[in-house]
Amino acid sequence: MIQHIRENRRLQGFLLILPAMFVMVMLLVIPLTLTVITSFGQRDADGNVIYTFTLENYWRLMGFTEQGWDDLYLRILLRSLWLAVQTTVIVILMAYPLAYFIARSPEKRRNFLLFLVLVPLWTNFVIRIYAWVMILRSQGVLNSTLGAIAGLLNVPFQPLDLYPSQTAVLIGMVYEFLPFMILPIYTSLEKIEPSLYEAAADLYANAFRTFWRVTVPLSMPGIVAGTILTFIPVIGTFVVSDILGGRQVILVGNLVQRQFLDARNPPFGAAASIILLVMTLVLTLYYTRRFGLGEEIAAG
Amino acid sequence: MAEYAVELRNVWKRFPGPGGEVVTAVKNVSLQIYDGEFFALLGPSGCGKTTSLRMIAGFELPSEGEIFIHGRPMGKTPPYQRPVNTVFQSYALFPHMTIGENVAFGLQMKGVDKKEITRRVAEALEMVRLSGYEKRKPKQLSGGQQQRVALARALVNRPEVLLLDEPLGALDLKLRKEMQLELKRLQREVGITFIFVTHDQEEALTMSDRIAVMEGGVALQVGTANDIYEHPNCRFVADFIGETNFLDGKVAEVDTDKARIELPGGVSLWAHTPQRVVVGQAVTVTVRPEKMHIRPNATDINQVTGYVTDIVYIGTDTHYGVVLIGGQTIRVREQNYAADSRLLAREGEEVCVRFSIEAARVLTE
Amino acid sequence: MSAKKQSPWLTLVSILVYFFLYAPIIVLIVFSFNASRTNVVFEGVVNQGPCGPFYWYCELFRNRSVMDATRNTLIIAFTSTVVSTIIGTMAALALQRYDFFGKKVSETALYFPIVTPEIVMGIGILVFFSAVFGWINTALALAPSQRLTMGLGTVIVSHIAFSIPFVTLVVRARLHGFDDRLEEAAMDLGANEFTTFRKVTLPLIAPGVLAGAMLAFTLSLDDFIITFFTTGPGATTLPIYVYGLLRRIVTPELNALSTIWVLVVLIVVAISQWFQRRE
Ligand SMILES: Nc1ncnc2c1ncn2[C@@H]1O[C@H](COP(=O)(O)OP(=O)(O)OP(=O)(O)O)[C@@H](O)[C@H]1O
Ligand SMILES: [Mg+2]
Repeated sequence: MIQHIRENRRLQGFLLILPAMFVMVMLLVIPLTLTVITSFGQRDADGNVIYTFTLENYWRLMGFTEQGWDDLYLRILLRSLWLAVQTTVIVILMAYPLAYFIARSPEKRRNFLLFLVLVPLWTNFVIRIYAWVMILRSQGVLNSTLGAIAGLLNVPFQPLDLYPSQTAVLIGMVYEFLPFMILPIYTSLEKIEPSLYEAAADLYANAFRTFWRVTVPLSMPGIVAGTILTFIPVIGTFVVSDILGGRQVILVGNLVQRQFLDARNPPFGAAASIILLVMTLVLTLYYTRRFGLGEEIAAG
Repeated sequence: MAEYAVELRNVWKRFPGPGGEVVTAVKNVSLQIYDGEFFALLGPSGCGKTTSLRMIAGFELPSEGEIFIHGRPMGKTPPYQRPVNTVFQSYALFPHMTIGENVAFGLQMKGVDKKEITRRVAEALEMVRLSGYEKRKPKQLSGGQQQRVALARALVNRPEVLLLDEPLGALDLKLRKEMQLELKRLQREVGITFIFVTHDQEEALTMSDRIAVMEGGVALQVGTANDIYEHPNCRFVADFIGETNFLDGKVAEVDTDKARIELPGGVSLWAHTPQRVVVGQAVTVTVRPEKMHIRPNATDINQVTGYVTDIVYIGTDTHYGVVLIGGQTIRVREQNYAADSRLLAREGEEVCVRFSIEAARVLTE
Repeated sequence: MSAKKQSPWLTLVSILVYFFLYAPIIVLIVFSFNASRTNVVFEGVVNQGPCGPFYWYCELFRNRSVMDATRNTLIIAFTSTVVSTIIGTMAALALQRYDFFGKKVSETALYFPIVTPEIVMGIGILVFFSAVFGWINTALALAPSQRLTMGLGTVIVSHIAFSIPFVTLVVRARLHGFDDRLEEAAMDLGANEFTTFRKVTLPLIAPGVLAGAMLAFTLSLDDFIITFFTTGPGATTLPIYVYGLLRRIVTPELNALSTIWVLVVLIVVAISQWFQRRE
């Protein structure tokens, strides 16, 4: 037996992958299949699932209800998408300069600067968002700081009404996912051979053109990886909007969560969750086809 | 019109070392490189060749001294404003661009119009024999092909000076020999000044019009291949270029341009003295092995006696190791030009080694 | 990339981004010394009871729920990290070094969780466990006290599932460019497969495995969504506990907790750095 395994490399590989595949089947394939099955079901009066085959849940999500056309859920979908796009763009714009700064720092200092990016991640996701509540609420840190400055300058000050709001949700999302963009971009920037910059300079490109023609294209894998690491969680989360958006900002994540836990309508929640999954997969596939695979996901 | 394509005037370069100390990579180097010349910077690893080249290209600025290109002082001119181009040691081809895009890059940066770019890129690729490879990515080419792309990418800009940092270092021996000839052909064709860095003395001798030998950041000697081989000005140069014998002794008698040197064991010989020496001075005499003979030869004045320690027969030549009476060892190379060459001595046999006064040079440093 | 003089604008922007990253952390820490219980306005440094300015820290240690949640969080993180690191490393070795039936499928399967929104996975696992548990409970007609429910077990298993792909990814990145000839050389010098793995392969991929484990640990500590759907009685983790608190009133105890959290992490990292330096 042992001898047999020793000689057969195919068998060795198979045995090595087996545990991982077992876990994936049990906790990914079967659960997702069950979700799909549930999404075709109905619920009874007590919130239990009746397994049938109906497309009703999907129709309802598309806006067809017994009472006529209602684009409530479509708007939720679009809002989530739009928020994810906004977050990703802002995160890229903030992460790139910092990643570039770190990559161009003296080698000895780089690890420390990267470490500084990671430290906030070590506090807790939920606590970090709560910290933003403390900052943004009407009597919070931001308004009192601004008020104090206004007082010093003798200008009238109207406290900002940021919490709860869609802007607060956006700020929270940007904050949560910024490090996940900085790391992969840094990794891809750091990999660029210094001689390529010199070659560009040698071929008459100034700093600006070198940046656009060499640095940005070569750091594209990092941007792609960072985008995947940002976009997908943003579109699926319900915590940030729950805490920073009050009850005003409802995203797909909130919809799914509420259907399962508050409204007790698992089939509808399952359908929403499947739509969310399909949407993400299609977008990711399109995006990676268009811009190449994000090999740097590993860095996150 | 400036007479030199590139001139380095008392150039120094110091780097901050890892422990806070100062590393001096280039020490007071002055060089004049003529227009249209194939010039080689030759020296062992770490002697400051790359640093010198990078200062000409503008990637590093001299700590002291000035660099002129066609008479214009370069000062702090950034690389992208200097009329030079570089072929990098590792080629530094942009991995995200095709070969065509790589070669076109410099022209695009200079704002040359599209039609002209297409024409010149095609021409440059043709010159390095890579027509038809425009659409490929650098990864899809062999080492030698990548090397030629790097060359085309630099030459297409028609720089006043082309800088090459060990461009053949990554190639295997056969390809290396081919590319040496290819480079030489290209240089003649385009007539551009080439400054070529290498640590391979044979490569430098084959290709260059003139060579600067560097060691420890200092340019020891500058001259043609023949100059440097035949008239080395110091022990390091004599040793680094080709094979040679060193005999240590004391000056016993001085004539106008020659001196009698006494070796340990009472042997003495006459040697040419390019620099002034005085009686009693300790000196080294260098004699190339091929200029020494075991065969009887009536014209040579110097004759030293020794015993053959080993014989290596390599077809064209036979090498004899000889230990002299005073204990110093030398190597003698005899050409096997006769139709039926035989060994001239056997191991352990006593022989008389002869050479001319001109073949022996006194080195004072 | 080589170190060059940085433009002052870039430096300024970078400092601002760092400030953005740290502002909430600083606020959290400052408010852990607040005299007011409400956490809204800073009313001066608290000075109460035997602990003085560290009043909220003492309160925290008296709070059983927080301590329980901390313990649960650590148990979950440790267990899931160990298991997922082992399984994930094995998978990485398999995918990078071996050829076997179903390789492409396995590869895709391991990419999938990374591009799946967490909530989808969470919902799926919830549906799965409720179905399985419901079925077992009725089939065996278990008494209410014996019934299978969601709890520490389900959370740990879910964390293992979502960590494996990340571990695999990180270890594979390390294996990429691994020279197979090193192993051949070891075998040529008389080491058997096991010794070769222990003496050559493992030390070379160790940094990757360690990085994978660190990632798994962080992901587990920080996870909210999947835990939220798979947790049950007695398995409250810190994020879940804090989330529950947010619906009621939050006292500076929470800030004290985060401050300690950050400090502990900093100390652990500093020590590990110090050890690495010494080597
Ligand atoms: N950026 C730098 N910082 C510190 N020291 C440097 C730097 N660049 C070069 N040096 C040092 O300067 C000396 C000369 O280096 P240089 O690269 O010019 O050598 P080289 O002649 O090109 O050698 P090789 O043949 O190995 O390429 C070396 O001692 C090197 O360590
Ligand atoms: Mg060099």
